[in-house]
Amino acid sequence: MNIVNRRLDLYALTWRLPIILWQLVFFVGPVVFMVAMSFFVVRNYRMMEAFEFANWERMLTRGFFWDSYWYTLFVASLSATIAMCVAFPAAWALAFRASESVRRWAIFLLVIPFFTSYLVRTFSWYVILAESGVLNAMLGYIGLGPFRMLNTHFGTIVGYLTLTLPLVVILQTVSMANIDKTLVEAARNLGCKPLATIWRVVLPLSKTGFIVAALFCFILAFGDFVAPFYLGGSQEPTLPILILDTTKSGQQWPRAAVVAIMMMLTLFTIAFTAIALAYRKPKGARA
Amino acid sequence: MMGRGLNIFLGLYVGLIFAFVFAPILFSLVFSLNSQRFPTIPLGEFTLEWYVQIWNDEDVWQAVRNSVIVSSSTAVLATFLGFCTAYSDFRYNFRFKGPYLALILLPPTIPLIIMALAMLAWLSRIGLSGQLWSIILAHSVLTAPFAMALIRLRLHQMDPDLEAAAWNLGGSEWQAMRHVIVPFCAPAIVSALCLTAAISFDEFAVSWFVSGLNKTVPIVILEIVQGNIDPTVNAIGTFVFLTSMTLVILAQVIFIGRQIKSHS
Repeated sequence: MNIVNRRLDLYALTWRLPIILWQLVFFVGPVVFMVAMSFFVVRNYRMMEAFEFANWERMLTRGFFWDSYWYTLFVASLSATIAMCVAFPAAWALAFRASESVRRWAIFLLVIPFFTSYLVRTFSWYVILAESGVLNAMLGYIGLGPFRMLNTHFGTIVGYLTLTLPLVVILQTVSMANIDKTLVEAARNLGCKPLATIWRVVLPLSKTGFIVAALFCFILAFGDFVAPFYLGGSQEPTLPILILDTTKSGQQWPRAAVVAIMMMLTLFTIAFTAIALAYRKPKGARA
Repeated sequence: MMGRGLNIFLGLYVGLIFAFVFAPILFSLVFSLNSQRFPTIPLGEFTLEWYVQIWNDEDVWQAVRNSVIVSSSTAVLATFLGFCTAYSDFRYNFRFKGPYLALILLPPTIPLIIMALAMLAWLSRIGLSGQLWSIILAHSVLTAPFAMALIRLRLHQMDPDLEAAAWNLGGSEWQAMRHVIVPFCAPAIVSALCLTAAISFDEFAVSWFVSGLNKTVPIVILEIVQGNIDPTVNAIGTFVFLTSMTLVILAQVIFIGRQIKSHS
């Protein structure tokens, strides 16, 4: 690694160029066009190329946009926090207590949800959490309930966790399992208490993986419309639901683009901060 | 201090996490074989009615064919792009490396609903929307970073001197790639193919926006869910689950088999 090679040859270009060309056409292109589109106007249900601030003014001066904005930020942060905390004991157990083969199996099992439809899992939760659903029926046997779980924040969070929890457990487990075990043992031998070992040795060494996990979790929840729509009842529409509604009602793509750009600016700020933190090397640590 | 009590607690806790993760999948399987239109406990009778319904549905079959084409093409494309980028990052330092890496790593930081809107607008502008390969183009952008991350992690475990050793022993850069880098990355490449295929197979927001009239399986599911409580969703979901799990296990078995052969 770190071989500085200023000579650009065919070999280097073969590996470097494909992604540049591909992303310019199919990633930068769409995003730039969407920014341009936010200044277009819609007349008679047809989008016309223009440069006007009407869409921006219309969206950013409305209370409903900002209500939705802060609510989305709140639930996404909440679900990332919950997912990170809920996943940690399991990931710790898998990384330090489980044998190599158990850990492999656990990660293999946790990959399985990626191969099942998120929509189907959401629909399944819908039926499980319903007023007369499976969970309430089970709680009924022990004399509890029925609880209202659908169309609540609880429902939304369950949906978000369905999406993010397996990924978070995997990322946490892998980043902790890659830690040099002798460092952890050294800390213990030098008299560091278990919780202090986690806080001062394990977490700093697996910082990158943890920040990436939390970031992914936040991003997934911030942009998901399925959980708040089907399980949260969308009484308080999140920004993704706003985009869906705006796109569908009267073909207002430019207004949807305004919401989308606001979401992207927010996410970039958060993501860049997080990545800068993740790759900042702690003092005195090995690279 | 870190005794048996803690181990038992942790064991139960891991079990609980797995229960949460697998509850929707298992219940979906159970509901798909259950006669009630709105399933609850106690369960209704055993039935294959929902499977018969989707078996006879030409729309579902067409969607399955579309999904297979889309996810397999996406996997190959995205893994290739991911490998190139991971290797460039591993081997070289160059100017603008930050922006270069950002170019591939940014797409997953952008919510799918936004990518869906942007892709739809752009692809219709340049006349590429409404086709099956519109989905493949969009999905390759979305999934390449995952392939890149997996392969990069694997390269991180490789001793950089290994490649240099191959050159010193008289191999060209291309030979070192073929005989050292690619074999070393093989497990990551296989996992990248599986992961990207799976993400593509499950992706509905972007597909839904850019595909026009070409439905993939998630779009069919989305349309059914939007309608009403319909247990055929569980049947489709279970069918899709079994198919993709078979593929994953197959990939796993082939891979492990090959490893054992190469060791003996």
